[in-house]
Amino acid sequence: MSCTCQRNKQQENDIKKDAKNWQLLQELLVQYKGQKGSLVAILQGVQSIYGYLPQQVMDYIASTMKIKPAKIYGVATFYTQFRLQPIGKYHILLCQGTACHVNGSERILTAICEELNIKPNKTTSDGLFTLDCVACLGCCSLAPVMMINEQAYGPLSPDKALKIIRDLAVSEQQACEGGKTE
Amino acid sequence: MKIRIGLGSCGIAAGALKVKEVVEAEIQKRGLSIELKDTGCIGMCHAEPLLDLIDDQGRVFTYGYVTPEAVVKIFDEHITGQSPVEQYLLAAPEKDYSFMEGQKRVALRNCGIINPENLQDYVDQGGYQALKRVVSEMTPIDVISEIKESGLRGRGGAGFPTWFKWDATRRTPGDIKYIICNADEGDPGAFMDRSLLEGDPHSVLEGMAIAGYAVGANQGFIYCRAEYPLAIRRAELAIKQAEERGILGKNIFGSGFDFEISIKQGAGAFVCGEETALIASLEGERGMPRIKPPFPVQAGYWGKPTNINNVETYANVPWILANGGKAFSALGTEKSPGTKVFALAGKIKQGGLIEVPMGLTLREVIFNIGGGIKGDKKIKAVQLGGPSGGCIPEELLDTPVDYESINQTGAIMGSGGMVVMDETTCMVDIARFFLEFTQSESCGKCVQCRIGTKRMLEILERICDGEGQEGDIELLEEIALKVREGSLCGLGQSAPNPVLTTIRYFRDEYETHIKDKKCPAKQCKALISFRINPEKCRGCGRCARKCPAKCITGEKKKPHEIDQELCLKCGSCLEACASKYQAVTVE
Repeated sequence: MSCTCQRNKQQENDIKKDAKNWQLLQELLVQYKGQKGSLVAILQGVQSIYGYLPQQVMDYIASTMKIKPAKIYGVATFYTQFRLQPIGKYHILLCQGTACHVNGSERILTAICEELNIKPNKTTSDGLFTLDCVACLGCCSLAPVMMINEQAYGPLSPDKALKIIRDLAVSEQQACEGGKTE
Repeated sequence: MKIRIGLGSCGIAAGALKVKEVVEAEIQKRGLSIELKDTGCIGMCHAEPLLDLIDDQGRVFTYGYVTPEAVVKIFDEHITGQSPVEQYLLAAPEKDYSFMEGQKRVALRNCGIINPENLQDYVDQGGYQALKRVVSEMTPIDVISEIKESGLRGRGGAGFPTWFKWDATRRTPGDIKYIICNADEGDPGAFMDRSLLEGDPHSVLEGMAIAGYAVGANQGFIYCRAEYPLAIRRAELAIKQAEERGILGKNIFGSGFDFEISIKQGAGAFVCGEETALIASLEGERGMPRIKPPFPVQAGYWGKPTNINNVETYANVPWILANGGKAFSALGTEKSPGTKVFALAGKIKQGGLIEVPMGLTLREVIFNIGGGIKGDKKIKAVQLGGPSGGCIPEELLDTPVDYESINQTGAIMGSGGMVVMDETTCMVDIARFFLEFTQSESCGKCVQCRIGTKRMLEILERICDGEGQEGDIELLEEIALKVREGSLCGLGQSAPNPVLTTIRYFRDEYETHIKDKKCPAKQCKALISFRINPEKCRGCGRCARKCPAKCITGEKKKPHEIDQELCLKCGSCLEACASKYQAVTVE
């Protein structure tokens, strides 16, 4: 069995492989150094760097900040914003607020799940789409609403929602094929 | 001549940025000298994108549902031709718009009028005058008595007197005290705080600084949910601008009073709207509530005396100090003075953000300001207070909007979400919807809340699935009382409200689900099926094209059929056919 310090070293080396993000991570940790109560903000920073909270990074933060990994994991799993898995290229946030609910957001959900063949909180196998249901996007007058990569769409019907998603998938495919012929 | 374009989140979602581009291009193309101004949300979200044209006489023409083509038309006919474009005109000097009538704007006084990204705009409207007077002429006790005179109560939902909190924080001994602005607006269906921070962030900052002076705090935090990126960005910008002008920071207006504000982002937990959970979250912990006392005013953020108010509460404060507490208490009712902001949504014609004097009836709000129900259907209920609130039925719509009267119905005032429901809304499903929300947002600390809400949700789910049993309603009521009694914080104590109010007013609907296995509103999927009437169907194929499951088949011009096995019950076919042949029915 390896001792803790060896394991930490190994971990650090693994994260360092991604040099650009390593640099950003160091800057983040310097920014919050010595500030008590900044764990939530640090994790938000990590997520904006990596797109999610990689286990190794959480462990690394635990050892540098001298916090127990269990505590970090506890905070990370308490808040819905934090993700422990990478997200797809297009992040669909389907609003489940009251106004969207009474205007039929569940029908949209069923249609999207059927189309992408995934359940909420999951990513398609090609890594293109992640579907998340959120409590309220605050655009209630456009209900039902979804947001894809910070762009809001509404009011939706099942076929409108599918058209938006299909268009994105098609444009991806074209970009991909275009790349090959070059 | 001036043009204002509403660039709140909802405006942007509806395409306001595109409209702005076209306006800019038209101004340049025609070589006109028109001042183009970005504003926040004016509140008419149903008619976004919105464009205000202010002519040289200062007359305001409000255009709604503006498209790029409409912009060209407005330039051609109104700006060049001097005659307003009736087709898109919502309000003009000789044309009142019902949506704005009956409203009284105190907290929202600048929303949709000023550019939220420009401090000077706020100052031109009299902004920061109240703060200047407070720090240079008034004592903290003077400020608190002015707030007491106004009768302002917490706009976050519970309606606790604001002056009392301020005074308690002031009296608690300590060198370091904090001001927190609660912008963790988690209620689904509510967007008051977002609109305020997006449309007029300086009024919130000014209110916080005044509160800081009154209680003796030098530091403030805005705890804003991360789902509001635009609100966070604008508030950050506003803080920076105010610091540069010496309005925030050290020695404000040369008075010797220091006050700094910073923003902390929430991370998506509804329970963090509760004061003690919010403080735990600010301290970087899991946001779980703790037992009170000690109250935050005694021992809050890092154990120091902390005053927490809602965004809307702070936005009212500068107005009160500028116009006097009496002017504020002259509005509204005796026990609930002032105005209240509501986010009007759901099955309503003119949804959006409104501010009305307390005491107006729900019916006046929904029918006069909101314009009634979409598609002129029959109103069934209005939901107030989000997951902590309840559904008020049609027969109680003459209830005045004030804290006490709303509480009597079993609902609560809440932070201002007002969702209107028509006859196609299933009340059992609504109860299930809210409970699903509170159940997943329960922090898990109290057994009654953690397990009780789960059991209640299971019962509601089985009722919606057509598997309800005799005695389920009584069981729900019994668990509801236990959850209410056995929970520490407001989330658990109020979680049963949506269930209890729907049982109280719509018990027959529950019984129809349980005994007859039918959903009167035709919403519960397990209890309905879609059919095509072969006598009415002309085989036009509209429904088949709209069907996301591709389960409708049939030859051209011959009656089509729905494969019940594959049907998602999404209702797309019903909508597609409704305007043509009405061949699709739901049973």
